[in-house]
Amino acid sequence: MSKWSEFKRAVVSSQVWRSIFRHGYDDTPRNRVLMVSGNVWLHLHPSKVRRHGIRLKFTWCMGGITFLMYLITVVTGVYLMFYYRPVAEYAYADMKYLEFDMPFGMLMRNMHRWAAHAMVITVWLHMFRVFMTGSYKPPREFNWVVGVVLLVLTLLLSFTGYLLPWDQLSIWAVTVGSNMARATPLLGHEGPFGEFTGVNPVYDARAFLFGGGEIGAHTLLRFYILHCIFIPLVTSLLLIVHFWRIRRDGLSGPAL
Amino acid sequence: MAEPKVLTDVGRAPEQVAAAARKEKTISKAKGPGDDKVHSWPHLVRIEFLCALAVIAFMLVWAILVDAPLEEPAAPTRTPNPSKAPWYFLGLQEILVYFDPWHAGVVIPVLIILGLMVLPYIDINPKGNGYYTYEERKFEIWTFVLGFHVLWIVLIIVGTFMRGPGWNWFWPWEPWDKHKVVAMTAVDLPYLFGFRDYWASAAFGVSVVVGYFALGTAALYGAIAKLKGRAFLKRWGAARFSLTAFLFLNMIAIVLKILLRQGFNVKYIMVTPWINI
Ligand code: HEM
Repeated sequence: MSKWSEFKRAVVSSQVWRSIFRHGYDDTPRNRVLMVSGNVWLHLHPSKVRRHGIRLKFTWCMGGITFLMYLITVVTGVYLMFYYRPVAEYAYADMKYLEFDMPFGMLMRNMHRWAAHAMVITVWLHMFRVFMTGSYKPPREFNWVVGVVLLVLTLLLSFTGYLLPWDQLSIWAVTVGSNMARATPLLGHEGPFGEFTGVNPVYDARAFLFGGGEIGAHTLLRFYILHCIFIPLVTSLLLIVHFWRIRRDGLSGPAL
Repeated sequence: MAEPKVLTDVGRAPEQVAAAARKEKTISKAKGPGDDKVHSWPHLVRIEFLCALAVIAFMLVWAILVDAPLEEPAAPTRTPNPSKAPWYFLGLQEILVYFDPWHAGVVIPVLIILGLMVLPYIDINPKGNGYYTYEERKFEIWTFVLGFHVLWIVLIIVGTFMRGPGWNWFWPWEPWDKHKVVAMTAVDLPYLFGFRDYWASAAFGVSVVVGYFALGTAALYGAIAKLKGRAFLKRWGAARFSLTAFLFLNMIAIVLKILLRQGFNVKYIMVTPWINI
């Protein structure tokens, strides 16, 4: 036995190594199951799937790609958070700083932006796929409902992030997108029946969203917290539910 | 394609459903000719890995080639014309042309979300569960295509590419004329029908809207009874039927309103002191 393989054996059979990696890559059925069930990340999968489930033409891999987009935005987003201050005086300058001075700043910002847009598209395609294969039918009805909430959260994540560059594009897009809250029946001061509930421009649904009667510094902070903390937390929790249910029910498929 | 099991749950007691589900589970777990399972590792994980690599490569190239937009600093007093919401909401902004804000911005989005959520509960067709089929689910597929592809996506394309200053229509190759004036000549439906008195118009408008939903529901009932039989309607149940009819008629109403405006210049169908539709 060469020195190298002796060394390798010593490492692989050491207590430290075996405490981290509990089994090797031996291609045995038992090990194949262990690879998935013994790994906290991979065990999002069931250890076995039906043959059609791994075909691209069945899932289009769209749920997976949506999740990948989510992960990309989380990683690049954390990078951006190091350089960005959600304060009206600084936010725009920080964007410039990030683009011109930070290593990979522009790349990270672009990745974050485009992955967010792509996620909106892939989540629609994923929903379309699930619809076309009728995978919302029993017993997966409720996972579809969880999915619809995830779809709304995806849109809200994108929307709240839109404001953060604090440029003309962002404040006006968010203003237009939020104006409808003024018109909410009963809860908006321009909506039907608003006069019966006593709402006014600084105390109605849109003011609640904006943190005041008009879009401003308070809105920036509010959207920042929604975008970076609140919505990602809720989304992650629901993704856990979504994946757990897929694992329990198995991927849908034609009856055997 | 064999009939899927477990799925005709409607009208069965919960114990029966649970028992059937257990049975299906044991069937699908059992080894034998019916078992077509493969190990996730390596078969599934391998595909996911390659797929992720390809997508990450694509995203990197995209992010290197195209920069995210950054315009001038925010200026709350300088409103751009047109002001557009983010592109994925432009379908909703586009129907603001046809509906008041409380309707286009609040009621319709809520109906879309609720409609999507109740879909698995109102669609009791046991066929087409877990495989692609057009033949077995024609109505479902056409409804989805109308709602998602025709209404949602086409309206987003219109809002993104065809709308310029003043939300006026400009073809993508037309220069934006900021001073383009389009005469507001649209009139309300009651006016078109000769009503001049305010309250008479309101009463007419309300009856048109109520009549639309009443007649529409009756027509759907008749059509389904004819196509699928009364036994199906009974199994479907009153709650599912009326929910489906309500959501479906709301969707069709959006199409009708767009056609009424484009074809007959109708502004509102119903005008009351509180809400206009
Ligand atoms: C953040 C958004 C979402 C993520 C990351 C996600 C992820 C996934 C993944 C990875 C799968 C496994 C199969 C596949 O890749 O297609 C899946 C399945 C599923 N998803 Fe989603 N999803 C999301 C949103 C949605 C939405 C919007 C819906 C429906 C409205 C939905 C409904 C379902 C259902 C019913 C299944 C089970 C499909 C089957 O068994 O064939 N999901 N999802």
